[in-house]
Amino acid sequence: MEWFFQQLINGLALGAIYALIALGYTMVYGVLRFINFAHSDVLMLGAFAAYFVTPAIWKIFPAQSITGALLITLVTALLCAGMGILIELLAYRPLRKRPKLTVLITAIGVSLFIEFTCQHKAVFGSKTRPFPQLLPMHDFHIGNLLVNSNDIVVLGVTVVLLVALWFIVQKTKIGTAMRAVSFNMQAASLMGINVNRIVSFTFGLGSALAGIAGILYSMKAPGIEPLMGIQPGLRAFIAAVLGGIGNLPGAALGGIVIGIVETYAGGIAGVSNYRDGIAFAMLIGILIFRPAGLLGKTTIEKV
Amino acid sequence: MMHSGAKRSLIIAIVAAVLLTPLLEWIAHTHSTKYFNTYYLGIGIDIAINVILAVSLNLINGHTGQFSLGHAGFMAVGGYTAAKLTLALQSHTLLWINPILFGGSLLLGGLMAALVGFAVGVPSLRLRGDYLAIVTLGFGEIIRVVFQTTEFFGAATGLPGIPNWTNFGWGWSLAAITVFVVACIVNSTYGRGFIAVHDDEVAASAMGINPVRYKVTAFVTGAFFAGIAGGLFAHHKRFLSPTSFDFMKSIDIVVMVILGGMGRTPGVIAAAVILTVMPEVLRGFAEYRMIIYSLLIIGLMMLRPQGLFAIGKRTVKT
Repeated sequence: MEWFFQQLINGLALGAIYALIALGYTMVYGVLRFINFAHSDVLMLGAFAAYFVTPAIWKIFPAQSITGALLITLVTALLCAGMGILIELLAYRPLRKRPKLTVLITAIGVSLFIEFTCQHKAVFGSKTRPFPQLLPMHDFHIGNLLVNSNDIVVLGVTVVLLVALWFIVQKTKIGTAMRAVSFNMQAASLMGINVNRIVSFTFGLGSALAGIAGILYSMKAPGIEPLMGIQPGLRAFIAAVLGGIGNLPGAALGGIVIGIVETYAGGIAGVSNYRDGIAFAMLIGILIFRPAGLLGKTTIEKV
Repeated sequence: MMHSGAKRSLIIAIVAAVLLTPLLEWIAHTHSTKYFNTYYLGIGIDIAINVILAVSLNLINGHTGQFSLGHAGFMAVGGYTAAKLTLALQSHTLLWINPILFGGSLLLGGLMAALVGFAVGVPSLRLRGDYLAIVTLGFGEIIRVVFQTTEFFGAATGLPGIPNWTNFGWGWSLAAITVFVVACIVNSTYGRGFIAVHDDEVAASAMGINPVRYKVTAFVTGAFFAGIAGGLFAHHKRFLSPTSFDFMKSIDIVVMVILGGMGRTPGVIAAAVILTVMPEVLRGFAEYRMIIYSLLIIGLMMLRPQGLFAIGKRTVKT
């Protein structure tokens, strides 16, 4: 029983990070209908941005202070948003009218480009670097359960961001425009919505979330390196499909489910070796039995 | 239509490859120079393996228009199966039996890969476009994880000590057979179905073509040849490790198909040759190699999505 709750806490914290990344995939898919493979690399860039920004900010604010951590997160989010907008502008916008497969291959190319450029010794190099500890760490004991302060931070930040995102998408003007574009891009542009601006905004928003997820992920990971984004990125993508791609609550739910299942699987001897395959097995299962995802609506294809 | 000369060309190609082998090996061993030595002979075999992989993937991605990102997984199945069979049965006394065993290993590797291809293809080929790409990527990863955790296949440390049986003749004969078989399939009456599925699935099924059946056929055939390439790879490198069959390997093969022009066998062969030789030529710029490679993919998609060597009568449908 203890083991059950302990894994649940760990799984929730991991799942929250997957959920944040999955939101970026699902938002981009909702607007442009393609998988942004480079999304996982924005996560990595976010981790590195925080890594380089931290010493500068700690000169102004005391190290490990909450203000400092908030400021680091904000700067990282802004940098990543800029990066996401830039990727869309340079690589995806010229291909907007092309077949989806062309864009998909380009996205793989962009992802490889970022990874290999960052691995070059003149950029970040391929060795693992320790991530600075942004906040003091405590362990809390609740009964026999061990709760790390990082897990609480991860969960807290995720909940705040989810609420903020819900507010932006549902209550603001630009959010309404986003929903309109994802519903029907052509009709939206006829209604006077500047589609290019909305697409840029979507990329910016998704990438900012990925950047913050990068910080949260690095807080729990042993270190950061240029290929760190691939594994959480793939999991998060699967989470987005699991929840129903294009569906925001679905992405959050999918992330939590993947995180929890993976953590439980990792805790069972014998199954733990197959941990890397479990998320994919879930993906294949969902695509076969419910291709629209858990919360997605089945669409009818018109000929 | 398949010209009657095609079969003759195939036989000539196989005979030439088999007869050239002892000559090339003799030259490489005795007259080793800077321009020709066993290392270059090895690259010649690498090229043949990549031609098989690219041409077989072209049947799935190019001719039938199904985007598969898991070709390395089938290669792994074929490679491990063939290597295991060889290691179990190889004879050190009756040497004449080994070539027969090698042929059998390759065939079994191909058949196992085809079987896995069938198991993967039937559920996943109901999906399209990027979903299919992700599911095949997923299957490729699952196959890799299985080999990585199974002790029988050497788990993460890999499978060493495979005899060095792949030579120039084996490699190029099988490459010629692959090209021949794929050309025969595509140019037959049956093969028109693949192209119909590629061009318009709905229209094809209205014409009485069962798209799923054609897709699965293409997938299984492609997987079979990928398995054979895996067997050749295993007996060429003499060592198998799960990391040889990761996502990047699948991407490499996909890039060969894209660079050559989807559905164009001569272009794809040219691309396989170029992309195998290029890393060797660029060895001095190893750090920049992969950056150039990724820029090549992006640039190609922006400027020439139909492929570099896409010349011929079939126009690309967007």
